[in-house]
This record gives sequence, structure tokens and C-alpha cells, in this order.
Amino acid sequence: MAEAAAFPSPRAEGHRLWTRICHWIVALSFLTLCFSGFVILMAHPRLYWGEVGNALTPALLELPISNNHRPEGWDQAVVFTEFANAPISANRMYRIFNENSWARSLHFLAGWFFVIAGAFYALAGVVTGHMRRNLLPRANELIPQTLWRDLKSYFHLQFGSAGGGPPYGPLQKCAYASVALVVLPFMVVTGLSMSPAVTAAYPILLDLFGGYQSARTLHFIGFGALVLFLVAHVAMVALTGFRRQLRAMIMGN
Amino acid sequence: MSKISMHRRTFIKGMASSAGIMLAGCAETIPPTYGNLLRMGDLLTYRAHRLLLSGQALVREYDYSDISSAPAIGTINPGNSSERAFDPVHGPAYERLLKDEFADWRLTVEGSVTRPGAYSLADLKRMPSRTQITRHTCEEGWSAIAQWTGVPVRSVLEASSIKPSARFVKFYSYDNQLGSIDMLDALHPQTILAYGMNGRDLPTGHGAPLRLRLETQLGAKSRKFLRRIVVLDDYDDDTFQRAQNGWAWYMGI
Repeated sequence: MAEAAAFPSPRAEGHRLWTRICHWIVALSFLTLCFSGFVILMAHPRLYWGEVGNALTPALLELPISNNHRPEGWDQAVVFTEFANAPISANRMYRIFNENSWARSLHFLAGWFFVIAGAFYALAGVVTGHMRRNLLPRANELIPQTLWRDLKSYFHLQFGSAGGGPPYGPLQKCAYASVALVVLPFMVVTGLSMSPAVTAAYPILLDLFGGYQSARTLHFIGFGALVLFLVAHVAMVALTGFRRQLRAMIMGN
Repeated sequence: MSKISMHRRTFIKGMASSAGIMLAGCAETIPPTYGNLLRMGDLLTYRAHRLLLSGQALVREYDYSDISSAPAIGTINPGNSSERAFDPVHGPAYERLLKDEFADWRLTVEGSVTRPGAYSLADLKRMPSRTQITRHTCEEGWSAIAQWTGVPVRSVLEASSIKPSARFVKFYSYDNQLGSIDMLDALHPQTILAYGMNGRDLPTGHGAPLRLRLETQLGAKSRKFLRRIVVLDDYDDDTFQRAQNGWAWYMGI
């Protein structure tokens, strides 16, 4: 909207007010979601695949982030022997670390801020053309030679005139577009797939991800991908002039 | 796999009472937030679910071969004074009932009903029964699939003839746990008072002699060791939310 020039200016055009507001709401809610999500995960730091997973079944992955999984702390009470795989019931005889009361409510509160700001961002991104013009890589940017040249410049720490805001480089566009259009929506959908009320109304979510525990595991993998992005993002901000970039994202330019 | 037996007359009576409930639903009685930001987020989630989801959609039911091992956590035996949720009044009473295999146990139903009553296990087993194989989704993050047999809460409410002003159903346990659900969840076809698990009597760790199965919310809402049901016109904030120790009241998630 702001740019009327026929060809993109080599100088950074800065960030518009609505992108800056969305950026900081999403950034704050993302950090809150990471923190509260980690606290929730500490209550049961085991990941599984499929619909079912608990202390009495094998895990896909056990995370050393709390002392909540103690196989010796269970008192075997009932064996349902009429089944081939003999499922059992056992009583947990120890107390676990569980701060899910406030952590889950905080996760959802931050989730609401994130979803509302994210939805506005997506809508405004389409309406203003920001998405098409600045975020989605053009066809000629996706050819291997261009991407390779761009990647080499990262290794040589040559960022040209990288200033605050668009135009963005090919790999930069790929990173922003995949986070904004793929990973973040994926986090919302895998998150919703853990809700008994939502999956009652939309059981397709369980089929999509292979079950409740699969959705939970994928939600964690998405979290890992987003943390990697955050590290790279902050590193790039630091390498291209931390104060200048921060100023551009706060003041506009 | 699952069967619901319900006489036609009961069904028609049920339709009539649901109509009364829907009319009553026009007045707003919602959980108070006490100005707490986390509770405001919880309330927004609850409202969004009630607005956007079909509250009577059935959760997925599984095959017999899907039944898994099932941990019993929280209170294992309300009669044990070292339990964190031990109730000095009702705990010893539970101990006596357990010794007698619950022969003298009664479920009292009272409050906003025209026919308050006290039901023995035999009384409940004579009522329409429902068997369902569903996923228990613990708020800690684990899940288990089990077969539950019991009487729909709806049937008990119909037998007690709830008043049109009734909006919440509150469940009291033999430990000091309690919890309430709204009428939409209470009348959900899969919301049952279970006395059987995987084809046998409900084991003590899982809430003998009777527990709630509320499949559209997290497992923590499915109170174990039931002794009393009170039908309420208004949200009972004094004993609901404050006693929740900061937990969200609605756990459909």
C-alpha cells in the first residue's frame, strides 16, 4: 500500500504499525506459551504415538525435565487378564510435581492473544498484500542457484543492506512464511486436537494426526521448531544491528 | 460395541425436561472470574466452546481390543487418612462401606429436583445402562482407553425430575473433592455414572463404587467415589471455584 515505486527500493522500508503490533503481541504470547507449555509438560514428561500413552505403557521419548515418572512408585492393583495384551491398572503411590492449574489457564490465555493477533495478521497480510509482496518467495527466488547464493552469504555473514523491514532475502522469506503460515497454524490445530470437547465435535482431528498422544507429540515437535526459529531470528537481529532492528520493530524505521 | 437402552416414555420425558432446560438457559449464570485474568481466559474458552461446538457431539468410542492399561491417580482410597484429599468425616464412612462391599452405600440426589432420592447400587443397575469404550484424557498429559458401564446422568436426573430452573449438577465424593458441570454436559448421552470398568466392578483406585464419566472434558472432572449429587439453579461459586485451588472450572479445553 505504502510502496508505489515500480521496482523495490534497495533500502529497507521499515515495518508498518499493524505488523509491529501483531509482532509484539505474538512474540509475548509465544514466550508465555513456551513457558506455560513447558510447565504443563513437566507434569508428564513422556511422549507417545497414537491415542494412548501413560506411565504403564512404553514411551516414544522420555524427557529429563521432572522426576514425575517413577516406575517403582506404582502399586499394581488389577490385572485385566481376559485380554491378550493384558492391560493392567495400577495405583500411583507418590505425589508428582503438578502446576497445571495456573499453567494451563495461562497457556490458554496466551493462546487467545496469539490466535486473535495471528488471525488479524493473516487477514491484514492478505488484504494489504504484505503476505504476497514481502513474505511469500517469488518463483525466481526459489531456484536452487538463488537459494545457494543466499545461503553462502549467510555463512560469510554478508547481509548486504539488511535493514529494518522488507524487502527480505529468499531464505528469510522462506523462514518467515513457513513459521507464519505452516508451523504456527500447525501448533493451533495440534493443540485443539488435545481437547476432548473439540475432538468430539471434529473427530477428523484425531485421524489427521493419528490420535491424541500423536497430536501431543507433534505439538512438542512444533515447539522445538519454533524455539529453533526464535534462536536463529534473534541471532540474525543481533548480527544485523540489534539496536537498529529493535528500533525498526518498535518505532517503524 | 456400545449400547444405550432407553424406554420411549423416558425418552419423551427427557425431551420435555431438556426443553425446560433450554428455556432456563436464556438467563445467564456463568462462573465468576473474581477479576482474575486467568479465569477470564477460562471463561472465554468455555463461551467459545458453547458457541462454536455442538455440545451433544459424541466422543469417539473404541474397540474392545483398544482397551489399554489405566493408571489410578489422585485419591486411591478415601478411607486412608494419609491421602492428600482425606475427608475426616466421609473418609471413615467410606472405610466402613468398603468393608461391607458397599451394601449400605447410597447415592443421594437432591437440590433443584421434585423427587429427591437415595439410590443403592442395585437401584442404579436396574436403571437404563450404557457401556462405552472411551479415552480417559488426564489433565497431566497421559491417556488410557477403558470400557465403562453405568447409568446415564440424564436417566438419574429424569428419575429425580429436575426443575426447569436447574442449570448445574454438582458431584460430592468421599474424599474432599467436588465439582460441578453444566446441564449441557450433564445431559450428554455419554455422561454416565459408572459402576463397571472393563467388565468388572469399578476398582477402588478408579472410584468404587460409583464415579462420573464426563467424556467431553479432561479426566479430572470425572469425580470418583461419589456419594451425593446436588442439582443447582445457580453457579455455586463459594464451593466450586474457590475450592478448585486455581483450577479452571471448565476442562473441555
